[in-house]
Amino acid sequence: MKPAAKTKKASTGARTEAAELLHERELRRIVGTVLRLAKSTGAEETEVHVDEVADALTRFANNAIHQNVAEHGLTVSIRTVVDGRTARATTNRIDEDSFRAAIEASLSLARSQPKDTRLLPMPGRQRYRAVKRFIKQTAALNAEERARAVRRACDLAVKKGQVAAGIYSNGQSQSTLGNSRGLFAAYRETHSEFSITAQEDSAASWAKANSADVRAFDPQKLAARACEKAHLAVNARELPPGRYTVVLEPAAVLDLVGFLFYDFAATALEDKRSCLNERMGKQLFGQNISISDDVYHPLQQGAPFDGEGMPRQRVLLVDRGVPKNLVYSRAAAKAAHKQPTGHGFALPNEYGEAPMNLVFAGGDSSIEKMVASTERGLLVTRLWYIREVDPYEKVMTGMTRDGLFLVDNGRVSSAVRNFRFNQSIIEMLKNVELLGPAVRATGEEAFEMVAPAMKVRDFQFSEVTKF
Amino acid sequence: MWDLCTNALDTARLRGAAYGDVRVMHLRQRDLTTKNGRVGTLSQCESIGLGIRVLADGAWGFASTDRLTREGVAVCAAQAVSLAKASALAKRSEVVMAPEKAYVDSWQSPFRKDPFEIPLETQLELLLAADAEMRRVKGVTLTETDMQFRKIDSWFASSIGSRIHQRKVISGCGIAATSFQHEEIQKRSYPNSFGGQHSLQGYELVESLDLMRNAPVIAEEAAALHSAPQCPERVATLILGGSQLGLQIHESIGHPIELDRVLGQEANFAGTSFLTLDQLNHLKYASSIVNVVADARLDHGQGLGTFAYDDEGVPAQCTDIIKDGKFRGYLSNRETAHLVGLDRSSGTMRTESWNRLPIIRMTNVSLLPGTWDYGDLIADTHDGILMETNRSWSIDDRRYQFQFSTEIGWEIKGGKKVRMLKNPSYSGITTEFWNSCDAICKFDHWTLWGTPNCGKGQPMQTMGTGHGASPTRFRNVHIGTAFSNQ
Repeated sequence: MKPAAKTKKASTGARTEAAELLHERELRRIVGTVLRLAKSTGAEETEVHVDEVADALTRFANNAIHQNVAEHGLTVSIRTVVDGRTARATTNRIDEDSFRAAIEASLSLARSQPKDTRLLPMPGRQRYRAVKRFIKQTAALNAEERARAVRRACDLAVKKGQVAAGIYSNGQSQSTLGNSRGLFAAYRETHSEFSITAQEDSAASWAKANSADVRAFDPQKLAARACEKAHLAVNARELPPGRYTVVLEPAAVLDLVGFLFYDFAATALEDKRSCLNERMGKQLFGQNISISDDVYHPLQQGAPFDGEGMPRQRVLLVDRGVPKNLVYSRAAAKAAHKQPTGHGFALPNEYGEAPMNLVFAGGDSSIEKMVASTERGLLVTRLWYIREVDPYEKVMTGMTRDGLFLVDNGRVSSAVRNFRFNQSIIEMLKNVELLGPAVRATGEEAFEMVAPAMKVRDFQFSEVTKF
Repeated sequence: MWDLCTNALDTARLRGAAYGDVRVMHLRQRDLTTKNGRVGTLSQCESIGLGIRVLADGAWGFASTDRLTREGVAVCAAQAVSLAKASALAKRSEVVMAPEKAYVDSWQSPFRKDPFEIPLETQLELLLAADAEMRRVKGVTLTETDMQFRKIDSWFASSIGSRIHQRKVISGCGIAATSFQHEEIQKRSYPNSFGGQHSLQGYELVESLDLMRNAPVIAEEAAALHSAPQCPERVATLILGGSQLGLQIHESIGHPIELDRVLGQEANFAGTSFLTLDQLNHLKYASSIVNVVADARLDHGQGLGTFAYDDEGVPAQCTDIIKDGKFRGYLSNRETAHLVGLDRSSGTMRTESWNRLPIIRMTNVSLLPGTWDYGDLIADTHDGILMETNRSWSIDDRRYQFQFSTEIGWEIKGGKKVRMLKNPSYSGITTEFWNSCDAICKFDHWTLWGTPNCGKGQPMQTMGTGHGASPTRFRNVHIGTAFSNQ
């Protein structure tokens, strides 16, 4: 049932192309087959998720490609309901016997538990706003083109006496959801990413971008930026820990504030594990902080529906520093007498929902202006290994990485050894002095968001490391 | 399955591969959770597919597919060769692999009770009963329990003639109580945080945990933590409980000894290591009582890093990492072994699934037991703090500077645990910390802890690793940093 990769191209040397995704009619056929089989097996309601991915990733280190991988996979995940009970079984085999086995496993799991009084009937047919995130140029990028781009980036590093490591990846995926009440939702997207770390002596710096459209970034420009900053990062001096004014590049902002996302889940508040418990409607952050969840934002990616097939809505979460709204799955909405916002996870689960497409309102400053306005502070490229120390005050710990620079009298004056921070995100978002324009930010700790660079006063660094 | 493997290897050879290895893997998983007395997740999943790694034109390529037909496998193998040839467009040296024998073998991890044969009702009943025990305690606002079971069959074949089948059964189980009071969230977990204990065992693991006895204990501790004094910030004697020490080993010994990190292959993502090649056999990593091994053999225990062969077809081994305090060994594979003067891989190539490339991974990286009885260790500590059960963990990208916090601390005065402390944390520099170790408890207190969630590689892979540890004492440690000036 699955199309083969393009064998003609694959057989002629170094050119390879990703497998094509199934056509929507094939997905509809899978969904229809599962619904028919489940009905005949005794399921009262059935929901089917079909997810398919075809990805490729070229990885380089020491100025050469050392790993080069491709994958193609498809899963069919089936949730059945019987007598007020529900459970899920997933298979990656797409013959009818495997569907039957998964349906029976799902029913068997469902029957093993007590009745769930909060379980709602599955939703019926929904209307979705169209989003176009499948770019054929991204899907078509092949291994040879990735290799040549990597070679150029590595050659630049070699020319500068540096060592480069990173990835260049592209792929396509699709998600389809159908249920026995007539709901059907389908979404497909492409994705691409280039990331590079340039090392010079014991110093390093980093640049990364990703997009549905591989033409949205230039690997060579990213390589040039990483190489330039790695050179600036040599001879790092040690400064004492303490509170500093910081200019956080968008990746550093993202990787910190990204840890806030689950706090906006209605279920997290019901469970009393959100930092917003007893804080909704209060002036928690500075007046220059507004946050939305908006899957339709042009810099966002992701499907316009949630794990139950409900249409995602744009939700204003924080308005000028005041947490105003939460996101709700259908069950959480019913419990709170609210409307579902289309942010639920696939059932059954214990976490409920979460906003996965955060968009921070930006400002009109720039990193250059932020640096120029700073008498003494630190410019932070990226943060690393961030973990939650205090869940209510939202104190996070982590390290700076790949380029920390001292700002003196409005200019970057020298590289600085990396610090450990212990910083409350709540306090940080009270201390934002300047905001850059919101961009599609990408790091390694949080999923991608639309976030700006920030200038923040009194950021707390507690200890220093040896490089 | 062997036919699929042979088909893949033959195709790769015909397309120009000088070497190939292939894994067909069949993974089954069951997840059960409860929250506040209700069933949370209840799911089962199954995945089967094939991944092939080849060496062509002196460079690597890897491709995977779930299309297990003769044609699908051939296309996948051809794609792997094409990727290798593309890699060769940006290579700077030839790959050299350490020699290894061919093995034909079949192995199954030992277990007494197949968790997939235990009735679901029995499993849920236990979780819901433990959940109810925790909710009985006043002040507890959130209760969570979980079980996770996996059965993994892998068929490995390589172009040097190996044919190895392995079956592993893995179980995990844990419970947690959370209390929100007075603008503060406190949590206690048993037997460990982040999902409990995980090991290469059957359902007997769950039965050995005695959830019902421990549920009220942790629930009461979670509620009591609110009124406990804050862990002070100072330099002090620190005793770490076994599970926390297991994570300390993972982060500050296990990761830095991965040779792919040392050689810069993870520089863009997971980071590098302070253990540069010149440190081998020279660095005084720890005090002389510290002995650490990486041991994948069943003799070491049924850990998440236990197997008969790694995913490169190399038999499980025990490697000295730290011997009498001296740094003695790295985790290597067939490609990197020669770079540290070894004539053979240490057998640490592991893959998460059929669709991921095997990479260097921890096996069971364990601190060998010492000589102390736990009671004697406490009695011998005049002024110190005992910290148990991880709450947060962070270390820099070269593995020097770390900070951990734990769920609970206990002040020790005059050789006795005198009072509970909340929000304990400690920090330090890896080698300074391990050189301050002055007492390790004996085997009676030693547990092979499982870390099920170690992330590494791009695309990201999650791997389970094992860490044997017993309560251990360190002197002059900086404690309380995480909460200073908050």
